[in-house]
Amino acid sequence: MQEKIEQLKQEITQKFAEIKTMQELNDLKAMYMGKKGLITELNNGIKDVAPEEKKEYGMIVNSVRVLFNDLFTATQTKIQEEIVNEKLKKDTIDISLPSKKIKRGSKHPLNRIIEEVEDLFVSMGYDVYDGPELEDDEHCFRLLNYYVGHPARDAQDTFYIDDEYLLRTQTSASQSRVMQANKEKSPIRIICPGKTYRRDDDATHSHQFAQVEGLVIDENVSLADLKRTLEILAKKLLGENTQIRFRPSYFPFTEPSCEVDVTCFKCGGKGCNLCKQTGWIELLGAGMVHPNVLKMSGYDPDKYTGFAFGTGLDRLAMFKYAITDIRLLYTNDIRFLEQFDRKDEENEIKY
Amino acid sequence: MKLSTNFVKDYIDIPVDYKTLADDMTNVGNEYDSAEKLINATNLVIGEILECEMHPDSDHLHVCKVNVGKETLQIVCGAPNARVGIKVVVALVGAVLPGDFKIKASKIRGVESYGMMCSLEELGIEHKYLRPKDVEGIIELGEDAVPGEDPVKYLQLDDEVIDFELTANRGDLLSILGMAHEIGAIYDKEVKPIDLSYTESSENIDGKFNLDIKTEDCPLFLAKRVNNVVIKESPEWLRNRLIASGIRPINNVVDISNYVMLEVGQPLHFYDADKLGDTIVVRHANNDEKLMTLDEQERILSESDIVIANKTEAIGLAGVMGGFSTEVTEDTKNILIESAIFDAVKIRLTSKKVLRSEASNRFEKGLDPKRTYMAIERSCNLLEKLAGAEIVSGLIVHDKTNKEDKEIDVTFEKINQVLGIEIPREEVIGIFKRLGFETRVNENILTVLVPSRRLDISIKEDLIEEVGRIYGMDKIVAKPIVLPLKTGSYDKAKRSVRNKMVELGLNETLSYALIPEREVHKYTTDEFDTVKILDPMTEERNALRYSLIPSLKMIYEYNKARNQKDISIFEIGKSFYKKDGKYGEQLNLAALMTGNYVVGIDKEQVNFYTIKGVMEEMLDHLGFAGEYKLAIEDLPVELHPGQSASIMLAGEKVGIIGKIHPNVSKDNIYVLEVNLEKLLADTNNSKKMKYKEISKFPSVVKDVAFVMNKEMRSEVVEAAIKKAGGKLLTNIEVFDVYTGENVKEDEKSIAYKLTFNDKEKTLSDEEVLSLFNKIIEKVSAECNVRIRV
Repeated sequence: MQEKIEQLKQEITQKFAEIKTMQELNDLKAMYMGKKGLITELNNGIKDVAPEEKKEYGMIVNSVRVLFNDLFTATQTKIQEEIVNEKLKKDTIDISLPSKKIKRGSKHPLNRIIEEVEDLFVSMGYDVYDGPELEDDEHCFRLLNYYVGHPARDAQDTFYIDDEYLLRTQTSASQSRVMQANKEKSPIRIICPGKTYRRDDDATHSHQFAQVEGLVIDENVSLADLKRTLEILAKKLLGENTQIRFRPSYFPFTEPSCEVDVTCFKCGGKGCNLCKQTGWIELLGAGMVHPNVLKMSGYDPDKYTGFAFGTGLDRLAMFKYAITDIRLLYTNDIRFLEQFDRKDEENEIKY
Repeated sequence: MKLSTNFVKDYIDIPVDYKTLADDMTNVGNEYDSAEKLINATNLVIGEILECEMHPDSDHLHVCKVNVGKETLQIVCGAPNARVGIKVVVALVGAVLPGDFKIKASKIRGVESYGMMCSLEELGIEHKYLRPKDVEGIIELGEDAVPGEDPVKYLQLDDEVIDFELTANRGDLLSILGMAHEIGAIYDKEVKPIDLSYTESSENIDGKFNLDIKTEDCPLFLAKRVNNVVIKESPEWLRNRLIASGIRPINNVVDISNYVMLEVGQPLHFYDADKLGDTIVVRHANNDEKLMTLDEQERILSESDIVIANKTEAIGLAGVMGGFSTEVTEDTKNILIESAIFDAVKIRLTSKKVLRSEASNRFEKGLDPKRTYMAIERSCNLLEKLAGAEIVSGLIVHDKTNKEDKEIDVTFEKINQVLGIEIPREEVIGIFKRLGFETRVNENILTVLVPSRRLDISIKEDLIEEVGRIYGMDKIVAKPIVLPLKTGSYDKAKRSVRNKMVELGLNETLSYALIPEREVHKYTTDEFDTVKILDPMTEERNALRYSLIPSLKMIYEYNKARNQKDISIFEIGKSFYKKDGKYGEQLNLAALMTGNYVVGIDKEQVNFYTIKGVMEEMLDHLGFAGEYKLAIEDLPVELHPGQSASIMLAGEKVGIIGKIHPNVSKDNIYVLEVNLEKLLADTNNSKKMKYKEISKFPSVVKDVAFVMNKEMRSEVVEAAIKKAGGKLLTNIEVFDVYTGENVKEDEKSIAYKLTFNDKEKTLSDEEVLSLFNKIIEKVSAECNVRIRV
């Protein structure tokens, strides 16, 4: 008996070793543990065993059953693992293949600059005002102290629509609109970014371009305040180390007027081709609002002073994104546009 | 304004070199374009030709031995006037001539040559300034020229030119005297007096000449007669100064008129007195009046032009150009000098039409009446000296001008307040002294007497600018700004739309508002008049766009030509129009999509439903979910009639969406355009964004497919389902559209997934089934559709 059982155990162990599939495993279980299975029959044989031998017989048969069950569980686990592994292997993909995605959306670089300028000034309490591009001579020129026939009109080749209407040549046109619209003649703090147009098209000029105008009217506003404001603008847009410099100049709607230079953004002020070796780049026009302009829009020049500034944004965008040709801003090549889909780096200013 | 430093040094001492002068002038507000030596060449010496043989291997080259002072050089020269004995300008080996032309030792047809003998043109004097003798060959210097010395100095061409780009207000700087005052203010130097002396003959013009000023646009007119001028070439110094100033020398008389204009700033006109007669009338031209100007062109005039006339006809266009009939020629003996002031705006109008000249430029910017007198005197001085003129006594005068110095009051406090710095009183007074302005102080008030030459100064702010300018604008120190704290604002909704479109994968474009007129009425059915440019640069940019789609389509073409075919773009920009005689503009949003929208291996082509999705996302984002619909009506002819629609919001058309008509483009291009201005205005009235409670009870989902006629629109069926379903039906979703086997050719099957939910309780199967059956029954009857089994 003992020998027969050992032989059976060996046979079972060997059979389990040969099992490859769940089907075989289940067949094996039926063969030994089914109703007519070998172990079941062995177990049933207990009724023929003498009563004093029943206990030992039972233990022996049980050891066979335990062995079978242990082997069954182990083999079952092994086969299931193999099935999963097989499936994982089959499902393995080439992760280097291209992703599936909606095309990259992007903001136009000029509008990115406009938003940056807006955010900066809004944080300083300015309102953003959007004036008409199809303007009249009154707001674009006359209310800004450019009387009809004023020689300074020459500097602004104007697209006229008729005797009175034109495409605004400067966002300054919005100044007069905001001042007129302010019925209480109360303090003003605005910027007006937008499109402007001049009859001029060459390698460095586009007949359509973008400007931003700033206007502050309040009591006791001075050129020193203007300088601080423009310093903040220059540092925010061009970097913390940027310096600015005032040079006297002339605009009909400001008095005193100045040109504002910034340290060359290419060489940082050492001198290069871009700044013609001067270390400076002319960036803005600015000045104190001319008393005639205040008066024409109903402000009392004895009570209020103000400053105004304006700058072209195309060149700023070109510098910021290292764009070499202004025409790229307006040809809208998809390969150009798609590049502007990243978050902006922020220049921190410390004061 | 080209400033010859030699010229201005007649009137002011300049303690710095010309480059520093240029920079210092910039710092007081006068920018320059260039600052160069008149002769921009190095290593030039005077030479004397000692020997001159023909080149053995050429029929025109000479082989010369040239004494250049320290040595004798062999130089091969092609100039026909090279000959023994003449003094010449030699560029030595190592010299650099204008145009970066380097002189090297070389062999010319086998003969060694150590340098070059130069013509004036090779030294950089422009051809237009040269006399016939200057262009025929190399420069021949006088007997007194010493070999080895500097030929530029000998020729009196050792000048420097600063080309200023002056601001429109500083007409006073269009003169050497004005420049001298400005330079004097910078370096605190006195301006030297101008020589206005001359002798008058016993002859007097008084009573022998008629002057009739018939227009208010001529407040000052002076005329002076000089007799018996000798017309000849001007002396070299005068010629050179004109050349340095950019004016071509002609003869001594004409040159003097230009020289005085440069010096004093007052344009002059010299008439041949014998051709002119004894009368001058200043009047407005008659419409279509004709005048032959100096350049022998017939000009057709209009009423706004001011003319100078004699008894019979117009003889000059005031402030712009003289007439041909009274021109000073080689034969002229007697001259009438005109020095006058005309209305700046009128001159500007005429000169824009006819010719912008040195003279008109000065008239336009305004003139100092004192200088009008001074110019006459200076002309007499020079004509007497350089043309042997006899100056006739008496001056013909018409003068309505005010020549008094302006008195302007300003307080020291105001100066400091505007500039934002503290400048000591003495320094402010000192600055005005340097500018040549007299001052008086009475307590806090500073009274400044502004000389008549400074037409740009009329109010106290102008004086403050003068102080800032001379003190140094850059010395202003930025101050922390003290303004009341307030919030700033911007159009958040507009930016939000831009962000949404970017989020949806579209690239923002920025295109020109000016487009060809023929494109303006495309992609719209709106009625409006085109806004045209009066004087366009090209016909391709002669009108303002109404729809932005033509621009986006041009961008598409541009990219397609560069093999870029997956294009999803949008633009936010103004739309311009004229309606009922009034101009207007509104903000539009347009999009164009074509090619693949989803990229990668599983690409997805754009179709109508893609751009419809973009539209819905954008409108839903603005808060219009459920409030808009598409209507197949009022479609522009550029769109596919079966794949486009008008976008309706509260019964009003707010835009269009659809495929571009195959007749317009064979490509599958989808476009969208909305009146963003209207949407942004309405968005504040749209439903507030509020949390809606999520049901705690489970939903039941049931699918149904209806077979219907192909013409039937799903939205009709959906509306019927919704109506029949009532409030327990919480969602309807189309999940399949089928045509083909088991569906008739003129029919389609649409499958809907219906979601039922009750916020109060869990729905029972019976309840749902009963409602579901009711929906099927009602929809089938109402829409003439049948359930697909």
